[in-house]
Amino acid sequence: MWNWDEREIFRYLGYRGQEPAGDVRRLIHECERELEMHADLRSYWREYPLILTDDEINMTVLRTKSRALMRNLKNCESVILFAATLGSGVDVLLHRYGRFEMSRCVVLQAAAAAMLETWCDEENNRLKEDYGKHGLYLRPRFSPGYGDFPLECQKPFFEALELNKRIGITLTDSFLMAPSKSVTAVIGVSKMPSGCILEGCEACGKTGCEYRRCQAG
Amino acid sequence: MNVWETINQRIVFFDGGMGSLLQEAGLRPGELPGTWNLLHPETVVRIHRDYLEAGADVVTTNTFGVDGLKYKEDGEFALTKVIRAAVHNAREAIRLSGKDAVVALDMSPTGKLLKPLGDLAFEDAYALYRRIVEIGADAGADLILIETMSDSYEAKAAVLAAKEACSLPVVITLTFDEKGKLLTGGTPASAVAMLEGLGVDAIGVNCGLGPLQMKEIVKDMLEASSLPLIVNPNAGLPRSENGKTVYDINADEFAVAMRDIVELGARAVGGCCGTTPEHIRKTVEMCSGMTPRPVIKKHRTVVTSFCRAVEIGGDPVIIGERINPTGKKRFKQALRDHDLDYILKEGIVQADHGAHILDVNVGLPEIDEPQMLEEVVKELQSIQELPLQIDTSDPAAMERALRIYNGKAMINSVNGKEESMREIFPLVKKYGGVVVALALDENGIPADADGRIAVAEKIYRTAAEYGISPDDIVIDGLCMTISSDSQGAVTTLETLRRVRDELHGKTILGVSNISFGLPQREIINAAFFTMAMQSGLNAAIINPNSEAMMRAYYTHRALMGLDANCTQYIDLYGGWTESVTRNPGKGQPLPQSGGVSGAAGGSRMTPGQCIEKGLKEEAVSTAREQLRSMDALDVINTEIIPALDRVGKGFEAGTVFLPQLLMSAEAAKGAFEVIREKMQASGQKQASKGKIILATVKGDIHDIGKNIVRVLLENYGYDVIDLGKDVPPETIVAETIRQKVSLVGLSALMTTTVPSMEETIRQLRRDAPWAKVMVGGAVLTQEYADTMGADSYCKDAMASVNFAGKVLG
Repeated sequence: MWNWDEREIFRYLGYRGQEPAGDVRRLIHECERELEMHADLRSYWREYPLILTDDEINMTVLRTKSRALMRNLKNCESVILFAATLGSGVDVLLHRYGRFEMSRCVVLQAAAAAMLETWCDEENNRLKEDYGKHGLYLRPRFSPGYGDFPLECQKPFFEALELNKRIGITLTDSFLMAPSKSVTAVIGVSKMPSGCILEGCEACGKTGCEYRRCQAG
Repeated sequence: MNVWETINQRIVFFDGGMGSLLQEAGLRPGELPGTWNLLHPETVVRIHRDYLEAGADVVTTNTFGVDGLKYKEDGEFALTKVIRAAVHNAREAIRLSGKDAVVALDMSPTGKLLKPLGDLAFEDAYALYRRIVEIGADAGADLILIETMSDSYEAKAAVLAAKEACSLPVVITLTFDEKGKLLTGGTPASAVAMLEGLGVDAIGVNCGLGPLQMKEIVKDMLEASSLPLIVNPNAGLPRSENGKTVYDINADEFAVAMRDIVELGARAVGGCCGTTPEHIRKTVEMCSGMTPRPVIKKHRTVVTSFCRAVEIGGDPVIIGERINPTGKKRFKQALRDHDLDYILKEGIVQADHGAHILDVNVGLPEIDEPQMLEEVVKELQSIQELPLQIDTSDPAAMERALRIYNGKAMINSVNGKEESMREIFPLVKKYGGVVVALALDENGIPADADGRIAVAEKIYRTAAEYGISPDDIVIDGLCMTISSDSQGAVTTLETLRRVRDELHGKTILGVSNISFGLPQREIINAAFFTMAMQSGLNAAIINPNSEAMMRAYYTHRALMGLDANCTQYIDLYGGWTESVTRNPGKGQPLPQSGGVSGAAGGSRMTPGQCIEKGLKEEAVSTAREQLRSMDALDVINTEIIPALDRVGKGFEAGTVFLPQLLMSAEAAKGAFEVIREKMQASGQKQASKGKIILATVKGDIHDIGKNIVRVLLENYGYDVIDLGKDVPPETIVAETIRQKVSLVGLSALMTTTVPSMEETIRQLRRDAPWAKVMVGGAVLTQEYADTMGADSYCKDAMASVNFAGKVLG
């Protein structure tokens, strides 16, 4: 049984702080069971030395410029390049329901997004514990495409981690991931605990987004 | 005889990892390893030599990751030059070592997921591999090694390319995860059946895991495969140290584990990531004196999909017959209208009702059958997991479908006529498959079992001349209706028994023919089905949606000891009473359809109320009831449209949410269908409000948003032409012109695909200036839309309905 974060599923479905009615609830539960059967949770990560200069972030296998990521990686000596996926079985389901039962498709995709996020958090927490034993602190996950961290960085990211071979994530010519329910992220490793750093939703520049977490009102 | 050919007498040794050794020699992160064939040939040759001197018999070219996507012919490192140099380097190392060894041309995954889940077409993957093989074979490779494959579809593209472009031996090794699955879901059994069908010379496992974790997979492979097994594991499991990947077992431990793997039955061993010449040396020392286990031919009849293997023999197999236009007016219309959704839905419903394989027949004189069959097979294999039985009398259609099929298909059918065997057997041999063989020939259908057995024997004999194993043939003893031949069933049942007992073959039947021309056919069909299973029938082509037929099947299993503890039977019928029926696939009884259920709160609801509440079955039944006393158009205008409007307004006001909006839309769609039937029956026509093209732009493979919009627009009476996802601007423009469409909806999810939306709009403005354009998608904003010159930015699905209303009324 998966530990479902249903609030997240509601949020992805556009319920801002409200709870769905019984029939939608039932649909959500059916989708959860189906994901538990069809998701192949896989993750992979590698640690690389990090050099920060005035205007460049050098993660050994990947160099980029990004003020947002730079702030996120302040005081870090290395980075973990992290990836996780629910596998292609979930895409087959989304594809099927996208043709025949759109209501189930949107609920399934919301539940899959929540599942992926929880899976990333679990893996991330495991890493936090492991690194914590060596007196090291991890920064929040920061993904290519967040803020000014170029999506194009996916390419060297994928090449370095050989993600196709390792966990079956591929990259399209426009830097989209397939299977679609996949995540890549940079996690900073530091000897110093971080101050309050925005992560996930809150780090994003698109403040008008209706799916944004913790909206006022 | 080269060393590869000695695999039948002794253990053959592959080399080990290349990438990590190149890194040690100075390959920088991000630098393409294949370039070193040209830049540092001496290093590549030295590594090959080290492996040869360690005892390797097979030298793998340094071409992992080398393909036309990464190495352009007009680029600095032209594909041809790189591959030729790689083969030359391997050959040079063999010469310098003075050893008797062979050069294996290494081919690897493209790094792309194939369509429709990814963005590389199967045919394009084939072309990429074919080019590599042509260059490599011409440069003098001795063997094609396709390795690290974790997607059966890509593996099929590579094997087909290798087999068609050269005559060298072709071997393939797959990468499984620790659960024993390919990354796209395949199992050793499903992958082996497909690859053996395609005629590879050896199959194996490489990468992903260390030798210890690989043992269980090795056992599964040995159980499934009748070919020599190759095992090339990593040097244990990886971890990172200072940005470098290191593996956790040393050469001695590796060699011991490899000895165990040879003892299990592997015929060729070597290493993958993290292994070094030392690992290979120790392995050769440990294993070279061992007596290899014989390769055992498995006599199994297996068909597969991308992820599933279905064995014929033992437990009876249900083949769903519903994807077939014969005698079905609505299905024929769907074929003429290119209404794939209707056809695919027939597949999904049968899968939900317990089919194991789906028969696919889309033959109709007035359509392009090869094209349609290819399309339907491609779609079916991307939305569900059951293997397919390709059913056509057109050999050209058969070949096209088999070529793009992701697995080992059933082939329906061949018969004892010379011409039929001459046309079909080469396809079975080339693409693999289990072929349905009808026991008839030039003299027609033999009247008795003796005659049918004689034809079956002739088919087995002729198949053997083509190199097709009897395991890949199932005999259809033919079912003649008892309404015209009172001995029809008796003859068929005798044929079944004799194929089983005398020919030791497998059997299949189209069961329902037996009752043709009789009333209440299901009664006869179900009883005959039970008798046929009792007489040894292995596979039945039936309608799995028929409760009577499935009851016969489930009871047969329970009675014959095939359903341990009657678990399946109890699951399905434990809650059964006269008023409820089995709920397909989910095990829970469902109220029988018809009449408004308790969900309506006991009181009568109108179709409009049912739509508002998103109750599909109730919307259908209440609409059907209302149609008895009300005109069809009135039902639409007074019930359905107002209900949709109420739901739509609620969505805009934030009181109705997306799942409810869509559930209502689906309920309305159900109601529309019964209304349409009624109108068609009375010759009425519902006018379309106009055509709208929808597409997700080129480069974008996300289509959920576009599909939501489609569902709503269809409800409002628009004729939606859905061009799908990843659609080039040219296609959108051409269709807009061809179909004289006045509204085009474009979707893009990512910033990286917005430029292609912009380009599409530019081309539409130039070539189809009459068309209005609405855009939507996660990254879009009003500002973006304005910059691109779109006519409307639709922030959600209702906004697109509103804009369509403005443009088309």
